[in-house]
Amino acid sequence: MKPVPRYLQHSPPVDAVGITERVARFKTRSIKAATKVSGLKLALSMLDLTTLEGKDSPGKVRQLCRKAITPDPADPSLPHVGAVCVYPTMVATAHKALKGSGVHLASVATSFPSGLGTLAARLEEIRYAVGEGADEIDMVISRGRFLAGEFNYVFDEIAACKEACGTAHLKVILETGELHTYDNVRRASDLAMEAGADFIKTSTGKMAPAATPEVTLVMLQAIQDYHERTGRMIGMKPAGGIRDAKTALSYLVMVREVLGPDWLNPDWFRFGASTLANDILMQLAKQRTGHYASPDYFSND
Amino acid sequence: MAAKKKNKKATVAPSPADNRDFRTGELYAPAPEARDHATIEARYDLFIGGKFVPAENGKVFATVNPATEETLSEVAAAGAADVDRAVAAARKAFPAWSRLKAAERGKYLFRLARLLQERAREFAVIESLDGGKPIRESRDIDIPLAAAHFFYYAGWADKLAYAFPGRNVAPLGVAAQIIPWNFPLLMAAWKIAPALACGNTVVLKPAETTPLTALKLAELIADADLPPGVVNILTGNGSTGDALVRHPDIDKVAFTGSTAVGKRIQKALAARGTPHTLELGGKAAHIIFDDAPIDQAVEGIVNGIFFNQGHVCCAGSRLLVQEGVAGTIIRKLKRRMETLIVGDPLDKNTDIGAINSRAQLERIRELVDSGVREGASLHQSAQPLPAKGYWFAPTIFTDTAQSQRIVQEEIFGPVLTISTFRTPDEAVDKANNTPYGLSGGVWTDKGARIFGATRALRAGVVWANTFNRFDPASPFGGYKESGLGREGGLQGLAPYLHLLP
Amino acid sequence: MNERLPVLKTYKLFIGGKFPRTESGRARALKGKAGRLIANVSLASRKDFRNAVVAARAAFPGWSGATAYLRGQILYRAAEMLEGRAAQFADELNAQGTPPARARREVADAIDLLVHYAGWTDKFPALFSTVNPVASAHFNFSVPEPTGIVAVIAPPAPGLLGFIAAIAPVIAGGNTAVALASPDFPLSAISLAEVLHDSDLPGGVVNILTGDLAELLPHLSTHMDVNGIAAHGQSDETHRLLRENAALNIKRLALHPATNLSGDPYKILAFQETKTTWHPTHLR
Repeated sequence: MKPVPRYLQHSPPVDAVGITERVARFKTRSIKAATKVSGLKLALSMLDLTTLEGKDSPGKVRQLCRKAITPDPADPSLPHVGAVCVYPTMVATAHKALKGSGVHLASVATSFPSGLGTLAARLEEIRYAVGEGADEIDMVISRGRFLAGEFNYVFDEIAACKEACGTAHLKVILETGELHTYDNVRRASDLAMEAGADFIKTSTGKMAPAATPEVTLVMLQAIQDYHERTGRMIGMKPAGGIRDAKTALSYLVMVREVLGPDWLNPDWFRFGASTLANDILMQLAKQRTGHYASPDYFSND
Repeated sequence: MAAKKKNKKATVAPSPADNRDFRTGELYAPAPEARDHATIEARYDLFIGGKFVPAENGKVFATVNPATEETLSEVAAAGAADVDRAVAAARKAFPAWSRLKAAERGKYLFRLARLLQERAREFAVIESLDGGKPIRESRDIDIPLAAAHFFYYAGWADKLAYAFPGRNVAPLGVAAQIIPWNFPLLMAAWKIAPALACGNTVVLKPAETTPLTALKLAELIADADLPPGVVNILTGNGSTGDALVRHPDIDKVAFTGSTAVGKRIQKALAARGTPHTLELGGKAAHIIFDDAPIDQAVEGIVNGIFFNQGHVCCAGSRLLVQEGVAGTIIRKLKRRMETLIVGDPLDKNTDIGAINSRAQLERIRELVDSGVREGASLHQSAQPLPAKGYWFAPTIFTDTAQSQRIVQEEIFGPVLTISTFRTPDEAVDKANNTPYGLSGGVWTDKGARIFGATRALRAGVVWANTFNRFDPASPFGGYKESGLGREGGLQGLAPYLHLLP
Repeated sequence: MNERLPVLKTYKLFIGGKFPRTESGRARALKGKAGRLIANVSLASRKDFRNAVVAARAAFPGWSGATAYLRGQILYRAAEMLEGRAAQFADELNAQGTPPARARREVADAIDLLVHYAGWTDKFPALFSTVNPVASAHFNFSVPEPTGIVAVIAPPAPGLLGFIAAIAPVIAGGNTAVALASPDFPLSAISLAEVLHDSDLPGGVVNILTGDLAELLPHLSTHMDVNGIAAHGQSDETHRLLRENAALNIKRLALHPATNLSGDPYKILAFQETKTTWHPTHLR
């Protein structure tokens, strides 16, 4: 095994019970009234509206893009979502559907979700997706290599992916559910940022547990320390498992109190989710109309 | 001086709710806990022999909401005659209570625990109104822990024979119990639950500034059908407490409060040799080694000193940081302090509530001023403070020295002193360099050092990689001038029993 | 007159593992039957007491940090040494007024009591420790730790057994002691010091003073670096004074009647503090 590189020496240990307690405290924040409305709109604008299924088709992707541009026709004041996230072969369809909307187009690549293709094929997949019009790439790291202690390998693969992205933004998926310990999450976060990630992202959404507030907090703290050390801002994307507006708000509280208001922006924080959008829309409708909403009034795409 | 000036500058009116935007970093919109189902009577009497009775001399005093300076209620001020009546009621109740089948005694306590759980929210609201602590703490910590205490000791009542190997046990008799204002209901539970489980009867005196939840507890005691006189509650000031501990017919004194008063009580009991437990002051060292889980340590520091406005005897008020991480810790701590919301105790988002009384606020100010005068560097959170009521901004001092008053004396407010160390030996030396010995904290990732450091600290409670955790099963109490005896756990039974060979 | 003239022992104090004379230079004549001088006994002063406390404080980290096994070994070693010198101790008790048969029995009982406490050192912590099942993800346990420096007032009698009954539970628990010998049996205490000295007991763990109790009591009970007082067979008036002065720095007190000489782990517990330690538990 190679020696631990210098940059990893920055990774402090993480105490899991402390993380759990801190998250519990974030969850006691009670977000009401105007704060709630502005928070929900913000969350909507940070959505990476995602479809990553074997049965994805151009028709499905086009519908999703409509939703991304106009989440709720009943309330034109709402922002569009942050991005649409699809497989590489769906990028061209989405690119056409989103043209001129301001909605970013993200594509998973690099043998998503396992990452177990050859490095050459994985890099080629990135170049293909970017060529088709993706301006954001969500890559997966080689978790097996990471867990075997081959940190240099993972560092190099991220750096290579970053290079393959060109001007597209790189989100590095750690798949925290497979890393298991918070120390691993912290170490992988530090490694990814040093290797050139623009965003770090919790999960593929293809396994449980996906994003949790706990791993997100660990990653936010890594981002904060990296920013302190280098001055470079890194984005954060929890993905999978965030299904309701209340949970989304508690993530935003966490971002606000750990990283500060500078990160409360779709450029620096995204939610990877599919069903979250409608719950946010329903909560916003409740705030607007004063009565509780029904799912019948919001589109399932 | 500097502290006051800073406070004044930070006092601004909160901006109107409708302009709040999540992104701007302003305060969250108000999220007040409803107080309509928490009833506070205009006047409360003493609870003696199972009945609410006015003080014999008719005197009352006002109890004030420290967040608004408004009077919440008028409360009877017990005099010497009332102390006589209460002790007599407890004495009268003792034979039957102590001979009651132990399991039945336990069931009364179980019942009390349940009644408290059922009315938990009401108690939490009143605790926050009367004492100034944030509803988040009264709701999530004080009241649930108080109920847990009754539940825990309820179970001991019929198992005392197993607790002390080689000894037979017998209750002491009438216990006089005096509690402080920082955890009013929780301290009442800490005192009453083990006393009753062991078969004693009780006269409890709550603190002058926070009598309400103890009086609400008296209502529950009546609801639970506890035999009259088993618990008596006397509200009043220091003179009431003084009369109680000097009463010739008490068999036990349990006191939580300042070291100075604890010493006076110990002296007052010298002639009769009345058994006593004392839970007194502290000046806990909180040690951060350079291999600590840094962000969790920062949170531990925050919990250590800003929990309950720093009105905590075991607060981690002396931070000792290893030099290599001192800069990082201080920077992160300052950032974190800016996210601590100081204000309305009933707002669910409030992190730091009101200082308990004007007197305490003045004491904190006086000590903080002395720190500035003695050359320490002051830093306070810029978060706004409400205009009315008793408030003090979260405060840290750097460039401190062991010789400064702020490093030596218990401030009992949201004020942390920070100094650095180079080696573990130096940290332990500085940590133990105090007449107190209540609690301590250690943060390190190294297992052997955790055990080494926790062992080396001369203190009754040591938190490693955590701080300010409490549990009814966990014994609490101090070394040296921090007190005598333990409360909580199996060890907390001994002070309420004769251990007979 | 061809009988050999015996060499008499000078009875001094025992402080920090050494046998100094009292700094005050004072002595009291201890007279036996028919008023014959048995020995001149050092009359310790408050300064001797102060020096003894300094020695006890210096010895505390080492003794409290020693393994329980080692403490037990040393106490047992003291019992062995006492056994070997049983005749000397019996004679000495006899010279101070204890009838011969009773003196022999007392020495035997004293040895057995020391053995009893030697066996407690590594067992009482198991008896008085708890693992506390807290309702959170923490491992929480409570263990007894020695209080610190304990001033011990030996009972007036019996001379040797009483002294051992007073000091053994204190040092078995890892405290260090400054002990005041019975005014009637100072010789047994100082001879015991020789036994302790020869048993690898580190200097300063037990310090022994002979002298006037009434003179030393105010200093002993007000010394701010004394953490506890164990008094045996003292008057109500003395108890009251000790309690009042204990309030100065919250000294721990154990006030026993002179007759309570049995081996008892609760006497060890009297000078133990409960330390509770919390630590998070998790696999992640």
